[in-house]
Amino acid sequence: MKVEQPKYKTSEEVDFVIIGSGAAGGILAKELSTNGFRAVVLEQGPYLTEADYTHNEIKVLGEDLLTNHPKLQPTTFRKTPQDKAKQQRALVYGRSVGGTSVHFTANFWRFHEIDFIERSKVGAIPGANLVDWPIRYADLEPYYTKVEWEIGVSGLAGASPFDPPRSKPYPMPPLPVKSSGVIFERAARQLGWNPFPAPMAILSQPRAGRSACVNCGFCLSFGCEVGAKSSSLVAAIRVAEKTGRCEIRPDSYVYRIETDARGRAVGAAYFDKDKNTHLQKAKAVIVCANGAETPRLLLMSANKQFPNGLANNSSGVVGKNLMLNSGAISLGVFDHPLNDYKGFAVSRILHDFYELDGQKVGFCGGGGLDARFDMTPIGFALNGLAPDTPKWGSAFKKTLAENFTRTMEVFCHATSLAREDNSFSLDPDVKDAWGLPALRMTYKDHPDDLKVAKWLNDRALELLDAAGATKKWSYPIVEQEFAVHLLGTCRMGDDPKTSVINSDHRTHDVKNLFLCDGSSFVTSGRGQPTMTIEALAFRAAHRISALAKSGEINA
Amino acid sequence: MINELSRRRFLSQAGIGVSAAWVSVHWPEMISAAAHAHQAVQSGAAYKFEFFTPAEAPEIDALSARIIPTDDTPGAREAGVLYFIDRALVTFANGDQQKYRDGLPELQDLVHEKFPAAQKFSALSADQQDEILRTLEANHKEKPQRRRNLHSAETFLDTLRVHTISGFLIDPEADLGNRGGVGWKLIGREPEHSFQPPFGYYDKDYPGWQPAQKVADKG
Repeated sequence: MKVEQPKYKTSEEVDFVIIGSGAAGGILAKELSTNGFRAVVLEQGPYLTEADYTHNEIKVLGEDLLTNHPKLQPTTFRKTPQDKAKQQRALVYGRSVGGTSVHFTANFWRFHEIDFIERSKVGAIPGANLVDWPIRYADLEPYYTKVEWEIGVSGLAGASPFDPPRSKPYPMPPLPVKSSGVIFERAARQLGWNPFPAPMAILSQPRAGRSACVNCGFCLSFGCEVGAKSSSLVAAIRVAEKTGRCEIRPDSYVYRIETDARGRAVGAAYFDKDKNTHLQKAKAVIVCANGAETPRLLLMSANKQFPNGLANNSSGVVGKNLMLNSGAISLGVFDHPLNDYKGFAVSRILHDFYELDGQKVGFCGGGGLDARFDMTPIGFALNGLAPDTPKWGSAFKKTLAENFTRTMEVFCHATSLAREDNSFSLDPDVKDAWGLPALRMTYKDHPDDLKVAKWLNDRALELLDAAGATKKWSYPIVEQEFAVHLLGTCRMGDDPKTSVINSDHRTHDVKNLFLCDGSSFVTSGRGQPTMTIEALAFRAAHRISALAKSGEINA
Repeated sequence: MINELSRRRFLSQAGIGVSAAWVSVHWPEMISAAAHAHQAVQSGAAYKFEFFTPAEAPEIDALSARIIPTDDTPGAREAGVLYFIDRALVTFANGDQQKYRDGLPELQDLVHEKFPAAQKFSALSADQQDEILRTLEANHKEKPQRRRNLHSAETFLDTLRVHTISGFLIDPEADLGNRGGVGWKLIGREPEHSFQPPFGYYDKDYPGWQPAQKVADKG
């Protein structure tokens, strides 16, 4: 339900304009408006709510009800900067109020200490731009706890021996275990590993006027019709709206951040639904448009003072160091029905391989495994059967009929090493439906990323063997050409020559311009970025509020 | 007729405005009532095709019936896949029209070449139809993909396959396709939109979470 909101005039200089209403933007809107600031959130997608979400796979997966649209927003891809990019669908992200947090899996792992200091620990990695974060796990810990309590995360503290220190338990017990979780737990223990209940941003109990999960089974890729999935829409934006100081303005597609003669941001220029242009004025601009659209917007905002893109004078790394998270998936079929289509995706995970010894395994990285089933019926028929299954006819039908209830996945989530050549940039030829340059993705996995995926996938296959799967197989591990996690493209750092924002999320080059989303990441973590995006957003809100209150932003 | 959108709007308004916990509890009856009403209005009445010609419709029907055949359980035909595809091609899948416009004559040529006596694909025996499909498949190899999405098919046969599967397995509450929920029945997907644990065979005797004895030494 939409709550009544203020309507600011575009000419009224609000305290903050926030670009993007996803995991980070929603939390910044909540925190800044509850701190007394006036904020306008510009979201390129529509304002959809529980009433608009559906279990119709065609509408959601085929027609991109909740996601960026390949026809309106074409993208291009190439492996290296020397190649000419070809038009192909290169990425998916949420495009409605709440952003990707509306349709995500809701795996909510905290980063571990290693993720912030890996460079110091393992040294330089040839071919990788691996550096430490300017902050440590301890700096972020209070904000991870805030995410768990204020946004709503189910889990069991202390269940994993590899968990980093925490100041508080989870606010809710874990979600119920699924058959895939039981199979995974038993097999992993047999192998001497340490499975534990997955921390998930889905309510296991009613909380804050929201329903507990009803286990409908349309979770990953779908919006939650009972508000149990902790999207930024239900968990943050509705709180922001209630302050009376925050306006969520959907169908507002920002194409430029305007600056004045002093090089300060003055507001965000955007297209409304009818492609009319407006300029929303603000004392400060916060970009939370995701790891692809944030650098794209900075690059599109180039002007005389900032010829290489806004906030890109000192470092030139806007859009670079893209990390997608490496990974692999193995599937297993079992004798009896798991009925894993019921419920959320993941109930058990393990972190035994989070931090591997590079000397022993021969590569840098690590990851986690989860037990899941995230396929809905049509998706399963297209993706969930072993490659040797006939594609049509009675044998296809028979296998489909037998396997839908008997299949589970072991999903391996892993590191990506930053490489400067991996990037989002502006395609010189292809334009979107608004006449703006299309996103061009350049990506080639670091060799270690493929090695870690293969290594973890071997563990997944071992696990499926130990579990007694009657059949098992894996998707091929190949160089990635499609992005879901969009990380590292405006990295945080103390040195303006090598990073775009400082640890307050303030751009080094524009005093009243802040960036907060996956683009802020310095390392990729082990495959579950949203928890950290949200913790960063809480921390950024705290820092930005302090700067604003001291009058320092516009000094 | 209880319409899908208004049902969901009601549910979510109840969820936010009244009591979210109440929805958790009452969700199953509400859904089953809506589904029942929907199925009641689905039957009967002659169908007017929006994309296919009267000559093409039986060909598509026969093709989709080889992809998901009718045997001791219902197949594409009983699920109303033909009607689903016809509607798809004038709505969300209108970008695929040309594949059908090109694919059907190619199919016709192949039928003439292999079985000169037959007038059309739908007139062939099941074995002959399968032979035609195998030839089509061999003529146009699809690239292997890491994970498919719903709009990634390139050839006519693969597009038809994606559409047939979609029409067979779509949420039966959506208009057209998966009539009577036969597709979900086949794969064992219960039609409810709310479930309680235990979900399956392996979690039904789960004793509850027990911490491990010790942390194993890692290699």
